[in-house]
Amino acid sequence: MATAEQKPVQTTNLPLYLAERTDLVPIFIMGKRYDVPSTLTIQKAFEYAGYQLIRSCGCRGGICGACATVYRLPDSPKIHVGLACQTVVQPSMYLAMVPFFPANRAVYDLDEIEPDVKTLLKHYPELAKCMGCNTCTKSCPMDLPVMEYISAALRGEIEKAAELSFPCVMCGICTSRCPAELAQYHIGMLCRRLTGRYINPAAEHVKAQIARIESGRFEGPLRKLMAADLQTLRKLYVDREMEPHGADEMWEPQEKEFL
Amino acid sequence: MGYTPELMDLIKRCEKTRPERVARKKASIEFPALTLDERQDRLEKYHPDYRPGGLRELKVGPSKGYKLAWEFADTFEARSRVDPDKINLDEVHYDTDVLVIGGGGAGTAAALIAQEQGSRVIIATKLRHGDANTMMAEGGIQAATKGWKDSPYYHYLDVMGGGHFENDPELVKTMVTEAPKVIGWLENLGCMFNKWADGKLFTLHGAGTCRKRMHYAGDMTGAEIMRVLRDEARNRLKDIGVLEFSPAVELLLDDKGNCSGAVLYNLETEEYFIVKAKAVVMATGGSGRLHVQGFMTTNHYGATGDGLVMGYRIGVGVRFLHATQYHPTGAVFPEQAEGLLITEKVRGAGANLINIEGEQFVFEREPRDIESASIIRECTKIGKGVPVPGQAGKWGVWLDSPMIELLEGPGTVEREFPAKFILYKRYGIDISKVPMLVYPTLHYQNGGLAYNSDGSTCVPGFYVAGEVGGGVHGANRLMGNSLLDITVFGRLAGEAAGAFVKERGDVGTLSVEHVRRYHKELEEAGIETDRVSPMVLPDYGNPDVKQRQWTTTYVGTLR
Repeated sequence: MATAEQKPVQTTNLPLYLAERTDLVPIFIMGKRYDVPSTLTIQKAFEYAGYQLIRSCGCRGGICGACATVYRLPDSPKIHVGLACQTVVQPSMYLAMVPFFPANRAVYDLDEIEPDVKTLLKHYPELAKCMGCNTCTKSCPMDLPVMEYISAALRGEIEKAAELSFPCVMCGICTSRCPAELAQYHIGMLCRRLTGRYINPAAEHVKAQIARIESGRFEGPLRKLMAADLQTLRKLYVDREMEPHGADEMWEPQEKEFL
Repeated sequence: MGYTPELMDLIKRCEKTRPERVARKKASIEFPALTLDERQDRLEKYHPDYRPGGLRELKVGPSKGYKLAWEFADTFEARSRVDPDKINLDEVHYDTDVLVIGGGGAGTAAALIAQEQGSRVIIATKLRHGDANTMMAEGGIQAATKGWKDSPYYHYLDVMGGGHFENDPELVKTMVTEAPKVIGWLENLGCMFNKWADGKLFTLHGAGTCRKRMHYAGDMTGAEIMRVLRDEARNRLKDIGVLEFSPAVELLLDDKGNCSGAVLYNLETEEYFIVKAKAVVMATGGSGRLHVQGFMTTNHYGATGDGLVMGYRIGVGVRFLHATQYHPTGAVFPEQAEGLLITEKVRGAGANLINIEGEQFVFEREPRDIESASIIRECTKIGKGVPVPGQAGKWGVWLDSPMIELLEGPGTVEREFPAKFILYKRYGIDISKVPMLVYPTLHYQNGGLAYNSDGSTCVPGFYVAGEVGGGVHGANRLMGNSLLDITVFGRLAGEAAGAFVKERGDVGTLSVEHVRRYHKELEEAGIETDRVSPMVLPDYGNPDVKQRQWTTTYVGTLR
């Protein structure tokens, strides 16, 4: 039932079998009233109400971005956002999940592009139209500084845009609210891939190790392990030299035969 | 929001014993660890894998006689959604070279490599592209990339030891030798791994590793890998088509016995589609949503083990599926965090596990299976679990995170565990001041379909990659080897499937005779059931609502 501080809600459309329940709160799923236990997340409230979720349900743990939800509370025009799997219902919330948004995504060949602002503007010319209204930041369910990373991208600070956008779950709410029609989360994705590929220094030790593997030097020792009996294998396992937890990066083991 | 007054009262008992526990820890006096014999005893008495009646023998199929959890057995001993008498295989709706079933990390890696072999690829996936357990993997990815201290030799030993030396040696060798290549490949695709200024990758220890070889991207390594692979697939949309909300429900063979496609089910329009393909890569992932023995899970909504039963019906056996990985510390309160993983690092940093009386009952750095068995024992046999508010018959134990602040200084919890700190803060719980309520949670399917090191199986044209396969991890996977498994074997399966496509002539006449044979075998084994599989989606529906759905028919969990 509506709590005292809430505006009274219409009760005539309440089914009789719910009339005696005191543990329920009304929520309005796409404008239609359902009465659900007050402890549920929006996601579980949908299921309680009788929906079999197909869209708008993914990891159920706050990382996949499938269940972006917009809602409003009585007496305020403010639109709130949240992930349905992480947000607990509130009495009289009006809500809709946004399972998909038709954002613009550029197709590119990572091998052929350069990590600069020209690349960003070529693939996402709308980037230049950002008017700095900050609606994207205010609408991010992950509380990311969306406008800040877009500004960084526009200044050509691709690495900064990559870092600021790193925890993005790509739910698309920012894009749905953007008056300049930017696809912030796709721009962030491009910045991150450019950073990972071109701006961060390459890991030379990985290439060196691949070359050693391809030279075949581990083939013999590995075959020997594969053929070893259980007792031998157990002994090798128990006796293997442990890198100490506090060891620094360049620590070297005593045994070098199998490196 | 926050803990209930009842729980706050119980927390006082935990706080009362905390100073003494912290003092002991500071003096390096640890709770006694179990001996190897005691460990075995605890596992046999309390680990869910050993629970009498928890497992049963399969009565049909290539692994007939094998004992596994009855939730799996139920999935295998069920009828297909496809009626062999009614299906019209003459009308093919999609024709492609490689059909990849599953749009997670393994499937997407397979699609990329198959495309590079010149194949046209379709990825059919149950939910959105990238909605998968890959996305949820936090910790990292193992690879022996640092030649001055590590090599595939040591990685091999660690994997075998973790899996109780039962792992398939050929698969392990393949995984550890391919591992550095995979890191190089991901780096080249633009994955933002954490690095030093000279480009050296950050690496950490994981449980059971002898060298620091866990590479990571913040605390969302899986999400970073998944979104990069997906982004790359989207750049190749001319050759890689993605059918979302279209899970496969049955495989197709041709008259020569080669795997030749699948039947897809469009979840939105409820149509079935027939895909003809020259090779199929099965990459449907794990099965936490089967809720083996009623456990909550850390897994994705779509993790219902669909690929297991589809592969089984065409004659591919299963192995190590009797072994399920329970992560000891899954959140049980508040409800919206249920099943959520609390990383092992919290115990590594010194937090004790505490019962309702405020007593420590187990050393906090026992292996995962021992830790889980001990928590279950405390809550069931000993009866000192903390009741979970609003959920009769459910218990948890305290994971005493505030200890970390006392041991390592104020602010440590927020600094070391930022994601969990923020998450709990949203629920009105400050984990630097109050403990977390936890219970073991279903985490990983150690076993699965039998496959070879190039992803091939006993059925020509049918390849397996990732969690749906079994063998590489033996009976117990180590942290950091699942992201490695999916990328290594995803790539190899894609490569082998692409090569097979080039060799293979035309696809013969499509057939579902294997379904007919399987149904007959069910009947002959005396299994009379209206169960259908694969499950596709778990059933979290409201039974009261279902009772009022007067004209609705359910096939399995779906209308």
